[in-house]
Amino acid sequence: MNNLSTISTNRKIKTFLLNFFIYLCVVFLIALLLFLIGTIFLRGLPGVTWEFLTTEQSFLKGTEGILPNILNTVYIILMTLIIVLPLGAGAAIYLTEYAKSKKAVGIIEYAVETLAGIPSIIYGLVGMLVFCEAFKLGTSLIAGALTLVIVTLPVVIRTTCESLKTVPQSYREGSLALGSGKWHMIRTVVLPSAVDGIVTGCILSIGRIVGESAALLFTAGMANKIFGIIEAVKPGKAGATLTVSMYMYAKERGKPDVAFAIAAILLIITLIINIAAYIAAKLLKKETQR
Amino acid sequence: MKKIKYFLRKAGAFVDKLMSVIFTACGFIAIAFVLVISIYLIVSGIPAISEIGLFDFLFGTEWDPANKTNPLYGILPIILTSILGTLGAIVIGVPIGLMCSVFLSKKSKGIVSGIMGSAVDLLAGIPSVVYGLVGMIYVVPFVRETFDVPGNHGANLLSAIIVLSVMILPSVISMSTTSIKAVPKEYEEASLALGANPTETIFKVTIPAAKSGILAAIVLGTGRAIGEAMAVMMVAGNVANMPNLFDSVMFLTTTVASGMGYSSGLYRQALFSVALVLFIFIMIINFLLNLFKRKGKNK
Repeated sequence: MNNLSTISTNRKIKTFLLNFFIYLCVVFLIALLLFLIGTIFLRGLPGVTWEFLTTEQSFLKGTEGILPNILNTVYIILMTLIIVLPLGAGAAIYLTEYAKSKKAVGIIEYAVETLAGIPSIIYGLVGMLVFCEAFKLGTSLIAGALTLVIVTLPVVIRTTCESLKTVPQSYREGSLALGSGKWHMIRTVVLPSAVDGIVTGCILSIGRIVGESAALLFTAGMANKIFGIIEAVKPGKAGATLTVSMYMYAKERGKPDVAFAIAAILLIITLIINIAAYIAAKLLKKETQR
Repeated sequence: MKKIKYFLRKAGAFVDKLMSVIFTACGFIAIAFVLVISIYLIVSGIPAISEIGLFDFLFGTEWDPANKTNPLYGILPIILTSILGTLGAIVIGVPIGLMCSVFLSKKSKGIVSGIMGSAVDLLAGIPSVVYGLVGMIYVVPFVRETFDVPGNHGANLLSAIIVLSVMILPSVISMSTTSIKAVPKEYEEASLALGANPTETIFKVTIPAAKSGILAAIVLGTGRAIGEAMAVMMVAGNVANMPNLFDSVMFLTTTVASGMGYSSGLYRQALFSVALVLFIFIMIINFLLNLFKRKGKNK
């Protein structure tokens, strides 16, 4: 009897310690997040003024402004999405609608996983070699956007594939049985149901682009000039996005307060993107349940 | 009239054919990208290696490529730093991440697990330069003061490990949460019925059953840590010392990122070779990741 009860205490202690460890880790995670959000907002938000957001930096007046970087980020997002959405959606359609051999699908999926696992600094390097040097685009926003097309392609393919798989097979069969061609069937039956998947891919890609820095450092460059939208597409127009300019402020120019202000803006954008992705995922779920 | 109908049908068939060709091209573009990246890295990475010599390059202990009179291209300290830094991040990050995913999947419900889930998503979405900034302003001075580092080098391997272990948390948590949730309920019920309490069940039944998914999570974290450039660049000090917790170090990624801007000649080519080494590491990690993922699915 005595023996049994000692085993029991041992077990109790073990269980207690394991539970304690679990909760300790959870508390650590939450504390970490609160610390990150707290410090970034406390140090950064005071620096986010209207002037900071809407002007260029001026060496004459000694003021800082990140309008060029905001515009560059927007341009790169637009250029990347215009190219990557059709490509990614097309690849997903091939995988779910056209591909007949299982082997080909397997290889493509492996390639997509590989792309997703390659670190952005390697994308930056190859992007520089291919787009800036071989294609003669120079260090430019368009070279950066083309590099990011490769970076975001896996995301778009995956999300689109997932939503295409939720389209019931009977829809496709019904459409084909009524005599529509394959392309007509895809255009009118499959694609409309896949829109939310493409939208999710779009949101996640924007998140990835906004957060990307290593892939852009040597492809899109570090300049802080304002471009018009037509000018921005031309080769040789280099420009720093928000993340790259944040890095420059923090590391190269030693202005941590400006860097924190940009970090606060980036954090707000991240929050918005997360909420948008959450809503999109919820809508997608509703769609599948119907 | 008949002719027009015939023509329209022909045109429809042609469009169908055309679209299938276009979609097939899109489908294979991912493979094309992987091939282009591999070929470019190999073609631009080989020349420097053959000039320096494979052995001298991989096992040379000094990296001083900017030296004009006697440049040295040994990347052993850089490789070791990358390996040890990643290992350190895994050792700290994986247990924390695994415990958090146990909490997320087994010990929380409803709102609590929803909030935790979005917290993890938020951590995953924060740009790496932001982690780098916080690391630079808070972790580096903290390490310098707590451990009283000689020579005032707060920017060292330890700081990099701390920042990396935080950065791998989201991927480790989300992947192992998925695999823990996928464990069949019957396993746990059997264990509970035999008299084990819920915590024992988690550690003795659920986690062993989710082993391959958790291994995949660890490999994913390894890939994240070894490939991270910007955040590490801001906290590691960027001097190619042999890895030591309290010395400034250079990772494979930071060597490429910090040198690319102003290098030329053999130095520049050597950076491509460093990138090639990093790429080989990543390909091995990707292969392992796929292996474990597939194992997890087959069960």
